[in-house]
Amino acid sequence: MRFTETRAALLFISPWLIGFFIFTAWPVINSAYLSLTDYDVINDPNFIGFDNYVTLFEDPKVGLALRNTFIFTVMSVPAQLVVSLGLALLLNAATRASGFFRTAFFLPKMTPPVAIGILLLMLFNGQNGLINSFLAIFGIDGPAWTTDPDWVKPGLVLMSLWTVGASVVIILAALRGVPQELYDSALVDGAGWWRRTLRITVPMISPTLFFLFIVDSINALQSFTEAYTAFFGSGNTTYSNDAALFYTIYLFQQAFEFLHMGYASALAWLLFIVIMAITVVQILLTRRFVHYEGGQP
Amino acid sequence: MKSPLARWSVLTTSLVLALTACAKGTGGGAAPVQSPGQFNTGAAFQGTISVMGFGATDEVGTARVDKAKAALGGADVKLIEGDLDIQQFLSSVAAGSPPDIIYANRDQIGTFASRGAIVPLTACIQGEQIDTSMFNKNAIAQVTFGNEIWGIPEFNQVQITMANARLLKEAGLTIQDVNGSSWDKVTAAAKKLVKAPGGKVQVIGFDSKLPEFLPLWAKANGADLLSADGRTAQLNSPAVVKALEFAVGIYDAQGGFAKVKAVRDSADFFGKGNQFAKNELGAMPMEQWYVNVLNDVSPKAPLAFDTFRTPQGQPLAYSSGSAWAIPKGSKNAAAACRFAKTMTLVDSWKAAAQARLEKRGQEKKPFTGILTGNVKADEEIQTMLTTGGEPWDSGVKAFYEANDHTFSLPANPADAEFKKAWQDAVNRVLNGQEEPQAALDKAQQEAQEALDKAWAGWTKRTN
Repeated sequence: MRFTETRAALLFISPWLIGFFIFTAWPVINSAYLSLTDYDVINDPNFIGFDNYVTLFEDPKVGLALRNTFIFTVMSVPAQLVVSLGLALLLNAATRASGFFRTAFFLPKMTPPVAIGILLLMLFNGQNGLINSFLAIFGIDGPAWTTDPDWVKPGLVLMSLWTVGASVVIILAALRGVPQELYDSALVDGAGWWRRTLRITVPMISPTLFFLFIVDSINALQSFTEAYTAFFGSGNTTYSNDAALFYTIYLFQQAFEFLHMGYASALAWLLFIVIMAITVVQILLTRRFVHYEGGQP
Repeated sequence: MKSPLARWSVLTTSLVLALTACAKGTGGGAAPVQSPGQFNTGAAFQGTISVMGFGATDEVGTARVDKAKAALGGADVKLIEGDLDIQQFLSSVAAGSPPDIIYANRDQIGTFASRGAIVPLTACIQGEQIDTSMFNKNAIAQVTFGNEIWGIPEFNQVQITMANARLLKEAGLTIQDVNGSSWDKVTAAAKKLVKAPGGKVQVIGFDSKLPEFLPLWAKANGADLLSADGRTAQLNSPAVVKALEFAVGIYDAQGGFAKVKAVRDSADFFGKGNQFAKNELGAMPMEQWYVNVLNDVSPKAPLAFDTFRTPQGQPLAYSSGSAWAIPKGSKNAAAACRFAKTMTLVDSWKAAAQARLEKRGQEKKPFTGILTGNVKADEEIQTMLTTGGEPWDSGVKAFYEANDHTFSLPANPADAEFKKAWQDAVNRVLNGQEEPQAALDKAQQEAQEALDKAWAGWTKRTN
């Protein structure tokens, strides 16, 4: 009976399994092999042992790209969580037209990442952009967001908030799941909005916040399209900015511009290890702050 | 009975070994030798030849494709449109199913040739009796690698000086002040032309078009970024450093690159609201095709043109453009060779020019010419030009004159890395991260390492 059920289950998920093995598992395994070779796509891979990994640690651009990526992640993940939570709390409190606002907050998420990269250049234009024009109203001379290396990453972080809509919807769903009795009891005890949010809301939705923290971190560490479009992929200029050289952009350049596919594979495996290590550390450090109603999973 | 762990280990290891055994291309070694006998001017072809990277999106393309189809004697032509996708192309070669012919930038040819992705055209040129003497010598130099020609040059691009005549006049300047013939005058003109009330740049005085035009400024100062044999980077030579200092200094004289770029980025470059039409730019060196764009979208803009000039007053332009190449493994190399030959023949170019001339006539606009890699075709097309009055006639005259005074960088096997090295250096200077000397020293080291490695790979493959 159990075998029959297992066979049926495997049969039903076989389309996914086949796709997984062909389009995910095989490239992953293959890239592990290619990372040990000198490979230019055209000619046969030439086995060179761990030379690519040795080169990784001698390549100053790997350090630069990792540093840029970490700084971006450290800035963008908390910013996204705070903004998402704030917007979700507002939406949760809204009674009229809440459906409209939910849609309005989610819509930017539908913008293609390439368009967001272009939008960044327009919104953050140092002279004519909306952001600096807004700052000018308060007498603030806005920075050169798109050229000053000190301001490139903050600009990208602000732009990443454009797509918090999905996180807002997820947090909103969690907020709707918090039992009303808890708030009622707290009200009877005289707890204000701030105390109710801090002592009831945040703990009760902490599994969701934890999930978003992990997922947003992984996404930030793999961030590519917006920065590439804005600072490396423009068609009619060769301008670029080192401050936006994220790890995946450097990996892409090595693989598809310089045709160093073996080295790029080693870069990919280093990124995989780094993300895995960071995720494990995040889980270990933050799980004590996560409240599960049924106890720890 | 083996444990599940052992079974899974054996299975996984087998799978890994089996899969990684497939992890190789079908390439390797130098490109195969072809004989002129394969290529024959009298042969007719059947089937379909696939063309990657070329879209006959205008009359200049369609007129020549029609000629090429006729010359094939029956074979059809399938265009895989859009710019050449290098990854797609190389993957198709590795998989053994490449297109029959590709349309690439000439500066990519050395890299493709060195990796064995395309074949030398010596046999094709001999068999199809292609007269290479009619091609622009710099264009041919860009597709010559290891003493063989690997591409048939097509379009050509050069740079000229473009300026806003009204702004020049208001500042008491002439086009000679901004054409590069005196660097002191260019700097002085930039300062006179720039308008930045309250520190906010509204009018760019002079845009030296960095990073992309460093080779032009360096050559004007007597320096080549790369040695003639394509093996030695010369990025930190004093003449290149001086050229970069000058070109960056022009931005500094106008409030800094960040402010100039902000204005540049917000311009409607291809539309009616372009910087010249809106009087937001004094002058800049720019590729010749922009004359046609300006003539199309803002025919009444107050423009002035001249060639870009060296401090000695000589016209100078960096030649770049496209070329046809035949991939390794092309199923129908002979037809591809005929196609490339016909697309670049003088008669084909004349037919294309005639089609353009007629279209422009219908639109009541002047025919401002087409720059090709074929010197004879250029001469013929030049006789077909129609006047657009001033300043357009001066613009056309300038780019034909520039076309006679070009230089190019030699083909090399690490073009992308070489370019990236010097462009990154220029960008670090523009972003205020490094001084020109330090940036170019670093670029020199990066570029030379890439060249040495790529040339070593070429030597290994051909010996």
